[in-house]
Amino acid sequence: MRVLAAMSGGVDSAVAAARAAEAGHDVTGIHLALSRNPKSYRSGARGCCTIEDSNDARRAADVIGIPFYVWDMSDEFHENVVEDFMSEYAAGRTPNPCLRCNEKIKFAAVLDRALALGFDAVVTGHYAQLETGSDGLIEMHRAVDMGKDQSYVLGVLTQEQLAHSLFPLGDSVKGDVRLEAERRGLMVANKPDSHDICFIADGDNAGWLKEKLGDRAPNDSGDIVDHATGEVLGQHEGTTAYTIGQRKGLRIGRPAPDGKPRFVLDIEPVSGIVTVGPREELRIDRIEGIKARWCGTVPERLGGTVQLRAHGSEHRAVVTTDGHDVVIELLDPAEGIAPGQAAVIYDGTRVVGSATISATSRTAVGTA
Amino acid sequence: MTARRTLEDAMTTVYLDHAATTPMLPAAVDALTAQLTAVGNPSSLHASGRHARRVVEESREQIAQALNCRPGEVVFTSGGTEADNLALKGIYWARMRSANRGPRILSSAIEHHAVLDPLHWLSEDEDAQVELLPVDSLGRLKIDALRAAVERNPDDVALISVMWANNEVGTIQPIDEIVELAAAHGIPVHTDAVQAIGAVPVDFAASGVDALTLTGHKVGGPFGVGALVVRRELEVTPLVHGGGQERDIRSGTIDTPAIAGLAAAVEASVKSQADHHVRLAALRDQLVDRVCAIVPDAVRNGDPAHLLPGHAHLRFPGCEGDSLLMLLDARGIECSTGSACNAGVPQASHVLLAMGCTEAEARGSLRFSLGHTTTQSDIDALVEAIGPVVERARAAGARKGS
Repeated sequence: MRVLAAMSGGVDSAVAAARAAEAGHDVTGIHLALSRNPKSYRSGARGCCTIEDSNDARRAADVIGIPFYVWDMSDEFHENVVEDFMSEYAAGRTPNPCLRCNEKIKFAAVLDRALALGFDAVVTGHYAQLETGSDGLIEMHRAVDMGKDQSYVLGVLTQEQLAHSLFPLGDSVKGDVRLEAERRGLMVANKPDSHDICFIADGDNAGWLKEKLGDRAPNDSGDIVDHATGEVLGQHEGTTAYTIGQRKGLRIGRPAPDGKPRFVLDIEPVSGIVTVGPREELRIDRIEGIKARWCGTVPERLGGTVQLRAHGSEHRAVVTTDGHDVVIELLDPAEGIAPGQAAVIYDGTRVVGSATISATSRTAVGTA
Repeated sequence: MTARRTLEDAMTTVYLDHAATTPMLPAAVDALTAQLTAVGNPSSLHASGRHARRVVEESREQIAQALNCRPGEVVFTSGGTEADNLALKGIYWARMRSANRGPRILSSAIEHHAVLDPLHWLSEDEDAQVELLPVDSLGRLKIDALRAAVERNPDDVALISVMWANNEVGTIQPIDEIVELAAAHGIPVHTDAVQAIGAVPVDFAASGVDALTLTGHKVGGPFGVGALVVRRELEVTPLVHGGGQERDIRSGTIDTPAIAGLAAAVEASVKSQADHHVRLAALRDQLVDRVCAIVPDAVRNGDPAHLLPGHAHLRFPGCEGDSLLMLLDARGIECSTGSACNAGVPQASHVLLAMGCTEAEARGSLRFSLGHTTTQSDIDALVEAIGPVVERARAAGARKGS
C-alpha cells in the first residue's frame, strides 16, 4: 500500500512510520504545520507544533529512509480546532481539541488529501487496535497498553475513516516502543510524551482563552454562587477560566460550613454565574449526548461501558440512541462531567461510537 | 540507510532545480580539491602562507577578470546571504554616519529573503525607512515608482538595492535604468546577482552598480563561499569584526579551497555564458511549450522579454504547488514551489503576490530551473509525467480562495 505517515516529531509516530515501512508499505512521511507562526505554539520538546518537532520528524524520516514533507494545515486547524475550542469555552462547555483534530484534520483534511494524491491509508502513532470483524466491518479496539490507550480520542472515526487508517502501535506497550525507537536509531526515543493542549504554549488555558477571546468572551466577571443557598461567595474574572469539576482557582476566601472543598458545579456564560458546591453534587448518572458518530453498526440499545474523558475510567452503562442523539444511563456514577466533552461508547474493548455530551443529571439517589 | 546519494541516484533523478543550487563544475571541483590538502593560512608570512595567499589573490583576479571589476573590489564572504547583509547594513551604516545620508532605503518587493530580512531588521532596529517598490505583473520593477520615490527627496536615500534577476520567476530587472536614476543623485546601488552570473552577461564596471552579490553554489562552485564586489570608493561598515582579512570590511580566516573553487566556477560559467544561454533557453522554451500543450490552462509567470534562460515558472490552476512537487518528486523529478520555506511551513510566494497573483494562484505555481547538466531527456521525462501529475493534484484540490 502507499501509506502517508503523519509524523509529529515524537517517538510514537516515528516508530509507527518505521513499522509501516518495514511491513513493506511505500511510506511517505509528513509533518503537519498547524500554525503559520510556530513560535506562537508550544516551544521545546513538549508539544507537536514547533520547528524543533518538525526537525525531529524530518530526522526520523531520514533514519527510516522515507521521503518527508511538511503539510501546511494551519488554516484548517485554526478554523476547525482552535476556533471551536474558543467558542465552546465561550458557551460554557469543555471541548476536547485532540478529538476534534482527529475528526477534522488528521482523519479528514489530511486523509482526504492523501487519498486524492493516490495514497491508500494514513498511519499514525495512536495506541488503538484495528481488526476486521466477522461482519466484514473494521473494528477499533482499545490498545494493549491501557495506560496509553487512545481509542477515546479516536472514538469519532467512522468506518470510512478507519478503512484508511493504520495504527501499528496498538499491540505494543510504550516501554517497548521507546526501546524499539532506540534500536532503530531514532533520536526521538527519549523525547518526553506530549501533554496538554498543543496550541496553548504554556499550559495556561484560562490565560490563553482570556487573551484570545478578548471581546468575544461572554463575560469578564461574575458571581461565584453557592448551589444550595444561592449566596454569593465571591467574584471571578470570566467564566472561561472554569470547567465543571474544577476545584482550583476559585479563590473563595472562606471555607464551606462543613469545611469540605468546593467544586464548580455549573457555568452560566450569559449571566456569568459560576455555581459551586461540595463534591457529591458533581456526581451524575445520566448523560445526554448529541452529534453521535458510529464506528460501524448503530446499536439501538447497548449494555456496555463509556469513557467520559481522555485517560478517564470506564463506567458501566446502558446506552440508547436514535442514531443522532444518545442517552447514557450510568451504572457506575461519574463526577465532574462537563458538557462539550465526548462520551465514547465501548462494547468490551471495541469502540462502538461517540457523542458530544450536551447535558448531565442525577436520577438515582444513594446508588453509589 | 546511508545519507549519501549515489551516482546512480543522481543519474535517475531529473534535476530541475538549478536555481536552488547547481552541481559543481569539474573545473571547480579540481580547483577546490587541489587546495584541500595544502597547508598554509593566507595571512601567514612564511612560504606556506604565501602560497595560500597567492592562490587566493589569483582567484580574486580570476573573478575580477570574469566580472570586469578590480581585484581589490572583490570581498570574499561565506555566501550570498552574508554578502547581501554586508552590503545593506554596511552601506547603510556608513552612509548614515559619514555622509549623513538616510534613513531611506529603496528596494523592490520581490527581493530574496537575504535582502528583505536585513531590510526588515534595519527598519525595526535601526530606524531605517524601507520602501519596497512595486513590480508589474511580469515581475519587473516599476521604474517610475522608483523614480518618484527617489525624487521625493534624493538626499535622504542611503542606498538602492534591486536584484539583477529574480530567483523565483527569473525576471531580469532594469539595472541600467536604476543606475542612471541613482547616479543622477549620487545614491549607491547594490544588486543581488546570484542568479544572473553565468546566465546573462554581468559586467560590474559597465553596469555602474556600486556593490554586487555573488555566490558559489549557484554558478557551479562550492557552498559556503561568495563575494560582495564593492567599489573601492564606497565606504562599508563591517559586520564581522576580527582579523580584518578582507579589506578590513570582512574578518575571518580566508577559506582558500572554497575561494579557489568559487573562482574556477565563476570563470568557467562566465566563459560559457553565451552558449549556455542559447542551449538552456531553447530547452526551457521547449519545456514551457510542451507542458502548456498538455496542460492548456497552465499559465506562465515571469517576463518573456527579460528572462533568465533556465527559468520556467508555471501556474497550474486548481492545483496545490506542494501536491505537484510531492507527486513529481515521487517520480524522480525535482523542482521547487519557489516559496520561501519558513521553518518548513510553506508560505505563498511574496514574489508572486507582488506580481498580483492571489494567494491561491501563488500556491499553485511551480518553478522548473534548468542548468548546465540539464539534457533533452530531462525535459522529455517532465513532459511525460506532468499530465497525470496535474490531474491527480487537481483531484486533491487547491486551497480555499482559488
